[in-house]
Amino acid sequence: MKEKLKVLVVDDEPGILMSLEFLMKKEGYQVFIARDGEEALDIIEREIPSIILLDIMMPNVDGYEVCHFVKKTLKLSHIKIVFLSAKNKESDMEKGYSLGADLYVPKPFSTRTLVAKVNTLALGIATS
Amino acid sequence: MNSLILVLASLLYLAFLFGVAYWAEKRSARGNSLVTNPYIYALSLAIYCTAWTFYGSVGRAVGHGIEYLSVYIGPTLMMPLWAIVIRKIIRICKVYRITSIADFISARYGKNISLGVIVTLVCLIGVLPYIAIQLKAISSSFKILTNQGVVTTKHIFLDDLTFYIAVGLGIFTIIFGTRKIDSTERHEGMVTAIAFESLVKALAFSVVGVFVTYSIFDGFGDIFSKAAQIPSLKAQFTLEEHQGEYASWFWHTVLSMGAIMFLPRQFQVAVVENVNEKHLNKAMWLFPLYLLVINIFVLPIAFGGQLLFPDGSVNPDNYLLSIPLKFNQKALALVAFIGGFSAATSMIIVETIALSIMVSNSLVMPLLLNFPKVIAKYEKNLSQLVNNIRRVAIIVILLLSYIYAKAIAQYFSLVSIGMISFAAVAQFVPAIIGGIYWKEGARKGAIAGILLGTLVWFYTLVLPSLIGAGLFPQSILDEGLGGIHALRPLALFGLKGMDDISHSLFWSMFFNVGAYVSLSLISKATSIELNQAVTFVDIFSHAKLSDHTTIWRGTAYHQDIRNLLGNFFGEKRTDRVLRLFAQKHNLNLENRRADPKLVTYAEKLLAGVVGAASARMMVSSVSKEENISMEEVISILKTSQELMVNNKELRKKSIELEKATSELKEANEILKRTDKLKDDFLSTVAHEIRTPLTSIRALSEIVYDNPDMDVEEREHFLSTVVKESDRLSRLINQVLDLEKYESGRQNILKEMVDIQDIIKDSIETLYQQAKEKGIDITFTPDRFAPKFEADRDKLIQVVVNLVSNAIKYCEPDRGEINIATHYVEGCIYTSVQDNGAGIAKEFQRLIFDKFFQAEDQTIKKPKGSGLGLAISKKIVELHQGQIWVESEVGHGSKFTFMLPVV
Repeated sequence: MKEKLKVLVVDDEPGILMSLEFLMKKEGYQVFIARDGEEALDIIEREIPSIILLDIMMPNVDGYEVCHFVKKTLKLSHIKIVFLSAKNKESDMEKGYSLGADLYVPKPFSTRTLVAKVNTLALGIATS
Repeated sequence: MNSLILVLASLLYLAFLFGVAYWAEKRSARGNSLVTNPYIYALSLAIYCTAWTFYGSVGRAVGHGIEYLSVYIGPTLMMPLWAIVIRKIIRICKVYRITSIADFISARYGKNISLGVIVTLVCLIGVLPYIAIQLKAISSSFKILTNQGVVTTKHIFLDDLTFYIAVGLGIFTIIFGTRKIDSTERHEGMVTAIAFESLVKALAFSVVGVFVTYSIFDGFGDIFSKAAQIPSLKAQFTLEEHQGEYASWFWHTVLSMGAIMFLPRQFQVAVVENVNEKHLNKAMWLFPLYLLVINIFVLPIAFGGQLLFPDGSVNPDNYLLSIPLKFNQKALALVAFIGGFSAATSMIIVETIALSIMVSNSLVMPLLLNFPKVIAKYEKNLSQLVNNIRRVAIIVILLLSYIYAKAIAQYFSLVSIGMISFAAVAQFVPAIIGGIYWKEGARKGAIAGILLGTLVWFYTLVLPSLIGAGLFPQSILDEGLGGIHALRPLALFGLKGMDDISHSLFWSMFFNVGAYVSLSLISKATSIELNQAVTFVDIFSHAKLSDHTTIWRGTAYHQDIRNLLGNFFGEKRTDRVLRLFAQKHNLNLENRRADPKLVTYAEKLLAGVVGAASARMMVSSVSKEENISMEEVISILKTSQELMVNNKELRKKSIELEKATSELKEANEILKRTDKLKDDFLSTVAHEIRTPLTSIRALSEIVYDNPDMDVEEREHFLSTVVKESDRLSRLINQVLDLEKYESGRQNILKEMVDIQDIIKDSIETLYQQAKEKGIDITFTPDRFAPKFEADRDKLIQVVVNLVSNAIKYCEPDRGEINIATHYVEGCIYTSVQDNGAGIAKEFQRLIFDKFFQAEDQTIKKPKGSGLGLAISKKIVELHQGQIWVESEVGHGSKFTFMLPVV
């Protein structure tokens, strides 16, 4: 059913990073991790993941910039982007969606709900 | 010994080397790089020890006593200074993407093509024989081992061994030296292999050393006392024997100090291959230690050899092989052979790569750029062209070395050729050292200095050896060129009483430095030269600004720049690099015209691949440039880094005026900001609380949902939960704390306190933390400061906060924190000064606001709660005191709080 889709997890908080890595691996995805935007871009271009779980506030290149870059690049624009952020004001979410994000999940999140949402996205990719 | 065994052993060893390099590159591709390890870096520096060290040290010790040590004492003495100079050079090379000595000198002196060509040629002439002699060392060690057994060796095969080795090394160098073209020119596989070879040669030498010292003789004491009984040997470990010995010790030591920095292979491993400036700290003591280890058995082997072969039938250069053979220890002889083989191969590989980069970037590319047709042929694939040039260069260099080894090398000993190479490279020292510490150093001076110095070097060192080989008439040596007595190569202008190396070094440096300094002083710099001079010398204040400081004006189109970069980096990478740069600097790539910043950036990227001079030419070929006058360059440089305050008085007045205006503006700004800050406070608190909360929730849900998970992983998760909970409660405490101060509900308990005690107690709590990060804390108390009434615990909180901030922002191992108290006119001033990153002017007031963290995007900062300084400020104010900061970016910060003694 579920193929081995590539999922990239980007966050500068080690605790969040390790939990997301665990959850995605458990669901059977092929998981890559990055601690900042620049590292993320390297992996994105090399691996072309199907889904990116993306934090916003990071040093160097932030999550907005990564999303902007991915969605504006023809070869990458199909990648699904899920913002995970502790910035959860209405205006923050609007900005995220206006940059082309597919989902905006506020922190803290329920791991079960998040996993379900990601799986739904993955199903969409598999059937399209 | 059977020659087949030796050939097989050599081939196996080479194959193993391939394996190590390949493995290292694979690891690095998986993001698990080995060269991030400082020990690998330090070991790779030991490429300094070539076959000359391996075989030649013993020979030299026999011939000249302990004088052989001078070439190791030089680098050892040099190391602390080396780290300072190399750190600066590394920084310059990283900022400007410089990848060779030729490129460095050419870039410093106005990206000048002829300088690059000259330096490349001098390196080729100076270093080729040195490579040749390594090949020769391999083949002669081979002959010694094979001649021992039955005399059925096939000579044709033997004679060609050098050739096959050259071919094998060529293949290795091409595979691991020119595989990818990158703007950093790093070769992780090669560096790892080199570090490995350093281990092999030290180990091999020590094994033979231990055999001679402890198996044949009865330890160091035994060998030395036996040798001391023979007068000719006894003289070898005293300094008395030769006349002028002290002078030659001095010059040889100085010479090797230059060599450790600027031999092409040393520059390659120390500068170009460096991935982290901090590695220098380890290398500083590890490399001298390595030199000590590899030299410790030199004298025992030298004496042992002479005691065992008193008739002089064996060349001392070969003791390492002959002694094991005499005792029929074939395996040991093979170990020695592999050690020498590794010493020679590592030198050949790196030296060849370094030379090939110079040849392609500073010699061939600048010339090719004059032939647009050739370039056009390779369009879209110029990096392939650069790579091919390098491959050809590698083959040609090895071929020439091979021919040299066959034809000429027999006239020289191992050591003399090494020294001649050192002396050639020494000609770059004035131009490089002057170039990074002296802004007036100019192109004409550098060219004249290097040319004159090299000419004298050739005349006084190379020519005499060519005469010795019978290639020139002996009369030049005896009567001088054209019969002029003053021009005798070995006694130039009548200078006698020095050995030939010292003599040559003295005169070549005399002319080199003289020409460099005098021409630099009288020549007028062009604008590009001035720009390079200032940015090289002041690199540490420029490094961060380099993206913003642009000395370029003209018209260039995005499409042209894109095509140019695309030729080297491919379209995809070019696109990404340009878009990221545009995003960062807020440029619009849709415009037809390119922003000067982007043009400058593109030139820097290209410089990494083809060298500064070629990059300059390429960029100017696609753009219409305008001349920028000298005055403009100076003003741009001034504003970009607030250089040189010339007319202090005048400036002061205008600054005061400006200050008054800006203070008003600032006050207004601050009002607006505080208003906004109040609004933001709650949402920031919420954000700061959510972050650890997210980790806690996610991790504990996982543990809850997965009862069967790995025990170790579960423990790791749970300990993270505990850590994040701590962080959360700390944050909440501080928020509540601050709230109490702000609403005026916080009380202070006053008692008589001594400021020195408070500071000592504060330091004590942080001592361990500072020690772990390698940071020094010093405290200068003022004995006259009286006791006064204050809240002891709260003041400790302030000092701890300031000092722990200082620890956070100091670089590990280089940080220094000075705490001082001063009692002046009824007030006690306590200052905490660090040498960390510093704080920009515009942030200096804001940092005392809650949740403010300087928004410098390029540095990842250790995060705090963002409340520490705000609380400190409140505490000081409750004591009727003041707190402020003085700081300059790049020059550390000094926080001071003043408390009145009532």
